[in-house]
Amino acid sequence: MDMLKSLWAYRGFILGSVKREFQLKYRNSLLGAVWTVLNPLAMILVYTVIFSGVMGAKLPGVDSAYAYSIYLCSGILTWGLFSEIVGRCQTMFIENANLLKKISFPRFCLPLIVVISAILNFAIIFTLFTAFLVLSGNFPGGSFIALIPLLIIQIAFSVGLGITVGVLNVFFRDVGQFMGIALQFWFWLTPIVYLLSTLPEFMRSYLIWNPMAPLMTAYQGVLVSDLWPEWDSLWLIVSLSVGLCFLGLHLFRKYIGDMVDEL
Amino acid sequence: MGTISVTNVGKAYKQYPGKWDRLIEWLPSFSSKKRHSLKWVLQNISFTVNPGEALGIIGMNGAGKSTLLKLITGTTKPSTGSVTMTGRVAAMLELGMGFHPDFTGRQNVYMSGQLLGYGAEEIEQLMPEIEAFAEIGDYIDLPVRVYSSGMQMRLAFSVATAHRPDILIVDEALSVGDAYFQHKSFERIRQFRKQGTTLLIVSHDKAAIQSMCDRAILLNAGVLALEGEPEIVMDFYNASLASHQNQTISREISETGKVQTISGTGEAAVVDIALFDELGQRVEILNVGQSVILRVVVDTSTYINRLVLGYGIKDRLGQVIYGTNTDLTKQALERVPSQTRVEFKIAFPANFGVGTYSIQTALVSTDTHLINNYEWRDLALIFNVVNIDKPHFDGLSWMSPEITIKKL
Repeated sequence: MDMLKSLWAYRGFILGSVKREFQLKYRNSLLGAVWTVLNPLAMILVYTVIFSGVMGAKLPGVDSAYAYSIYLCSGILTWGLFSEIVGRCQTMFIENANLLKKISFPRFCLPLIVVISAILNFAIIFTLFTAFLVLSGNFPGGSFIALIPLLIIQIAFSVGLGITVGVLNVFFRDVGQFMGIALQFWFWLTPIVYLLSTLPEFMRSYLIWNPMAPLMTAYQGVLVSDLWPEWDSLWLIVSLSVGLCFLGLHLFRKYIGDMVDEL
Repeated sequence: MGTISVTNVGKAYKQYPGKWDRLIEWLPSFSSKKRHSLKWVLQNISFTVNPGEALGIIGMNGAGKSTLLKLITGTTKPSTGSVTMTGRVAAMLELGMGFHPDFTGRQNVYMSGQLLGYGAEEIEQLMPEIEAFAEIGDYIDLPVRVYSSGMQMRLAFSVATAHRPDILIVDEALSVGDAYFQHKSFERIRQFRKQGTTLLIVSHDKAAIQSMCDRAILLNAGVLALEGEPEIVMDFYNASLASHQNQTISREISETGKVQTISGTGEAAVVDIALFDELGQRVEILNVGQSVILRVVVDTSTYINRLVLGYGIKDRLGQVIYGTNTDLTKQALERVPSQTRVEFKIAFPANFGVGTYSIQTALVSTDTHLINNYEWRDLALIFNVVNIDKPHFDGLSWMSPEITIKKL
């Protein structure tokens, strides 16, 4: 409760930092915010060309020319949000060591700043994506609203994981290195670029244990085929989200003092 | 509002013998035995600062001053004890710390203000005043990376003190910046003090501590070594700086009730010190501008290769207004045998302002007491200056003016 109160008192700092971060990113670039869009766009282009064009990947049962691109976007954009939060959270304490050591402010501002700016970046690109869906006549329909709870679950999962990793990374820098590798494997072990159905049966049974897989399937279902998510497939990620949020908060509170000494 | 109370505070850093030990300690399944050792940097620190009071913290590098300030401002947590504060705190641990080089001064003002917990409108209101006080002109809209360190400091100071805080915590930061701004910032701090701000200041600057603080504490190797009047603490600190072996530091209460700090290795000692007028009479009260002779008698107890007498005349606040030594005057004594009595006679005009003054003496081998310190004696002699035949004047020194006025 006290924490919420002090965070509220520092709302100016949090929002100001988000704004500054945004400005900083594009301060010395001519195209500015266009890069936020160009980066994932380039990635989508590469995958579309390679997988759709060269390898002839087709989505079974869907005939839209853009179907595979939409499939890719729904995975890559949301994965981008996930990896940005986790990646930034794991280094936020180390990057702000100077601030933490010299200035007294509610420490929980840091993860909030990271999450808010990640959501902002995501909002920009996802709005453009939605505009594309509407203009190209591919807007899914009513199930679109299901993205909101899905995104909330995903953000909770990312924040919980991010803070846990962020705290651990201060004491054991191996954690950050490990997460860098782990995220790579994780990306390719999640059906984002390829279709779950193209995997052999035995592989598919293992992917149940990848918490991100059902989430991605849900996004793709909504955006490609206007299918409502199968909510019960999300039990693993929901319980992990709750668990990680508690673990992260616990670690954060317990070690914030030691952390400043260690930095 | 504005109370700081530090109770039994200690700070220890955990040290692990190996890289893996922390991990093993974290894993709950292994033995609950602690694998780290504690390195104590501060122990058993207790003091309170009352509202409106100014406390100076003195100590050598590594004595724990900065750690103590960090504990007080809350950036680090104490391992034992507690720190409580009431009122709004402004801390200047390292000025310009929150500044981002790529942003303009104005943007950085917003950021630091927000870090202090101000809202955007509040900062907007304060902005003109901050700009005016910092006096950096058009630079305010340029990125901070093109600022000189002095400019950064001025801007940071202006932000930190834009509002009068209940408690102001100042680290050595103020020693940066040019003399003009130093004066200006000290003036602002003085004004805050008048309005009731509690001040906590860490400094090596004797003048700053003595002119600003009501009380001082001396930290030595993580413990509170001495607490008291700034002058006494400063003298003791000065004496302990020459921390050679065999040195003793003693503090005697002189007849006037002042505390005399005597330190040194004791190869030589001042046995008599007095002021004489032109007629050879011992005097303790001098007229402004009167010619006097300071006579210092020194005994040596062993052979001394090189003996230098230094002396300083200090004002009521303990600031040295004049000081020199026989090394600087090229009159050092070489190869002084044991059991020798030496008389030094120093003639000078008492061009002082009205008030009480003290003389400190130092018996050393060079021009500093940090190499060989045979004896260092603070408040060796106290004398008063009165104005008998001069027109009234202000200040510490008599400048004997000749004022000519002409109607043009």
